[in-house]
Amino acid sequence: MSVKKRDPLTGHQTTGHEWNGITELNTRVPRVIWWFILVTHLYALIAWVLLPAWPGITGYTKGILGIDQQERVERQVADLRAARAPWRDRIAAATVENIRADPDLSAKVAETGPALFGDNCAACHGAQGQGGPGYPSLVDDAWLWGGDAEAVLETLRVGINADHPDTRFAQMLSFDGILSRDEIRTVAAYVQSLSGMETGADPDRLAEGQVLFMDNCASCHGDAATGNTDLGAPNLTDDHWIYGGDDAAIFTTILRGREGWMPAWEGRLDLADRKILAAYIQDLKGQAQ
Amino acid sequence: MIAKFTVAERQWSLVLLVLTALAGLAMAALGAGDAMGVHGFIVLIVSLGLIFVVGGGLFAPEPTEDRRRAYYDDPIKLGLVLAMVWAVIGMGVGDWVAWMLAYPEARFDAAWSSFGRVRPVHTTGVIFGFGGNALIATSMHVMQRTSRARMAGQVSPWFVIIGYNLFVVMAVSGYLMGVTQSKEYAEAEWYADIWLVIVWVTYFVLYIRTLARRNEPHIYVANWYYLAFILVVAVLHIINNLAMPASLTAAKSYSLFSGVQDAMTQWWYGHNAVAFFLTAGFLGMLYYYLPKRANRPIYSYRLSILSFWGITFFYIWVGSHHLHYTALPHWVQTLGMTFSVMLLVPSWASAGNALMTLNGAWHKVRDDATLRFMFVAAVFYGLSTFEGSFLAIRPVNSLSHYTDWTVAHVHAGAMGWVALITFGAIYAAVPMIWRRETMYSWKLVEWHFWLALAGTMIYVFAMWNSGIVQGLMWRTYNEAGTLQYSFVDTLVAMHPYYIARAIGGLLFLTGAVVGSYNIWMTIREVGHEAKARDVPTDSEAGEPAVPVAE
Repeated sequence: MSVKKRDPLTGHQTTGHEWNGITELNTRVPRVIWWFILVTHLYALIAWVLLPAWPGITGYTKGILGIDQQERVERQVADLRAARAPWRDRIAAATVENIRADPDLSAKVAETGPALFGDNCAACHGAQGQGGPGYPSLVDDAWLWGGDAEAVLETLRVGINADHPDTRFAQMLSFDGILSRDEIRTVAAYVQSLSGMETGADPDRLAEGQVLFMDNCASCHGDAATGNTDLGAPNLTDDHWIYGGDDAAIFTTILRGREGWMPAWEGRLDLADRKILAAYIQDLKGQAQ
Repeated sequence: MIAKFTVAERQWSLVLLVLTALAGLAMAALGAGDAMGVHGFIVLIVSLGLIFVVGGGLFAPEPTEDRRRAYYDDPIKLGLVLAMVWAVIGMGVGDWVAWMLAYPEARFDAAWSSFGRVRPVHTTGVIFGFGGNALIATSMHVMQRTSRARMAGQVSPWFVIIGYNLFVVMAVSGYLMGVTQSKEYAEAEWYADIWLVIVWVTYFVLYIRTLARRNEPHIYVANWYYLAFILVVAVLHIINNLAMPASLTAAKSYSLFSGVQDAMTQWWYGHNAVAFFLTAGFLGMLYYYLPKRANRPIYSYRLSILSFWGITFFYIWVGSHHLHYTALPHWVQTLGMTFSVMLLVPSWASAGNALMTLNGAWHKVRDDATLRFMFVAAVFYGLSTFEGSFLAIRPVNSLSHYTDWTVAHVHAGAMGWVALITFGAIYAAVPMIWRRETMYSWKLVEWHFWLALAGTMIYVFAMWNSGIVQGLMWRTYNEAGTLQYSFVDTLVAMHPYYIARAIGGLLFLTGAVVGSYNIWMTIREVGHEAKARDVPTDSEAGEPAVPVAE
């Protein structure tokens, strides 16, 4: 049934084939298609001449522009590095205090700090440094290892309980087996009373808690429980709690112990970046207060 | 279904089912404690259920008529229904994942519900579940009608559809149990892959044998595309999944390829899955249902030839454009980029051929939502193939790659082109296959059309915005020469777009649910009296007659 018909609408002939009522017109390929084919193929030809393109037996055509993606990215990285070098070298050489005092350098800290903090610190410490359960706030006055810029810079360098040889090491012992559960509750009540919390415990129990505290806790947290930044022991008299200050949280902390962890950034961020972060954290603190 | 089998065919089916039941039992026993064991139980239960179905009809009287005189549409019915079931599952999971990206709490903290496991359920559910079933079912319709011949097999079409769905179930349930090969769109593990090879080769043989017994002198274009889809997907699937099982009793294997060769093989597969699964197959669909519904001749046979060979030749080269600026050698990237650009013309020629075919039928496009589905699909096809070639150009890719722009591009293709052409084809096919005059409700088809179009537009525009914002934020330097934004900043910027995307997806999903209801009511024949047949029949099985040669 190869009968060619003419489509009344377009005036084109069909090919003469029919499949379950479907026919096809024998329309010529529109000229614009050939033009588009020409243009796209020219684009390809030009790209093959200019760029690395076709493989041979032992290598490939390099292209007359001589572009190599590896070389190119290395040059771009080197260029950026060179462009940043003048101010970054100055930051690396200065103390954090001097950086903050220098208007030019502190402008660089303000520009560079947020993204650096956002990409490296915010995952644990929060986007604004506000901390979260298990992760200390960086915008309050409570500092485990000292809050001045040089102390923060050192913490950044070596981390806490990290794999750095000079890392800061701190561990809250587990008192499971050392103190009975009742004694833990007693000392917890005493600890809560230090920061002015209403514990409901009678004075005798608090006195008993104080004795237990002096025997077991004071060696790190101090007789006045104000902590010790040389040991990374937190102040227990303020209202900042990393792991929570309610009965259950303190009980768990004493019973099971705690060992926080912060990575050492030496080897991951260079000195200039760490100084920018140390300065930026001081700024964050200032903004929060 | 069993009444139409001869006794020999019933016995042969039983043997086959006993074999698969035994294979399932072996998998369940050997793979106990592993995901493979669970899959063994699934295979066993499905096989046993089917043994009851076949066994129940074993002694029914044999069909007496000459079955070659009628078309065979029963397996197509199952394929179309399963396509809609998978559409709702796949799109439902997709929208859940979209909400999860905007509100991570929607993850519900279980292992099985983690993003990495649920996302492939979405992709496999829509691509292989929805798209695959629709392709297989419509191909069985088209191959018979355009060949004027009955399908070359009574049992094998059922084997293909049920076996294929068993693969999809094994894939999807495996992901939830943590099984993956870590190859995108090819996550299923080795035994599921081997099973798919068996099913797929059967499908190929069925298609070739049906074409071989055709009563038309020429092979229609739709069949070229369906055949390219079946053949190339087989090649892609087999090569990309070459792997050494770590153990014959567990769902774990190691790819034969490593490093950048693995990446290149994967994206040669991945892009040609887009080309031959999501493009060639659906072009086959378009080439049959669009001219049929519009009742217009194809605009140009010559354009069909040009675009078919252009698409099949150029697509195979372009997978490397997924690996721009990576360890892949620069010259491979140049080839991927240039072939992607050359691919644009044959792709547009297909879209143009479809749109020009509608000349003289634009009033139908206006009035008939089914045809409008196909029209808009052709427009989105043109749009996303242009975008694809554009994104493959290296400097453009340096902005778009790894951003939501890619997601926008994929969904412009997947929702705008693949899903819309499928819905159009299904609405055209369902009344023919179930011998109904029309769909149950044309108003619901309208509703589906506008929900789907609105959903696609919202989704794609949201992801275009999100992707370009994201790409620009990633590369913004401040005056100091350092990066302006942290990664978290980009997430904050993307959040509103993610909500918009999830709403777009919800509209699209709602459309699919409306469509499923409409199809179900059509099948139940609610509100219909007249039965329409695309060709008259005197077949005792109610199958439509194959027209005799003139």
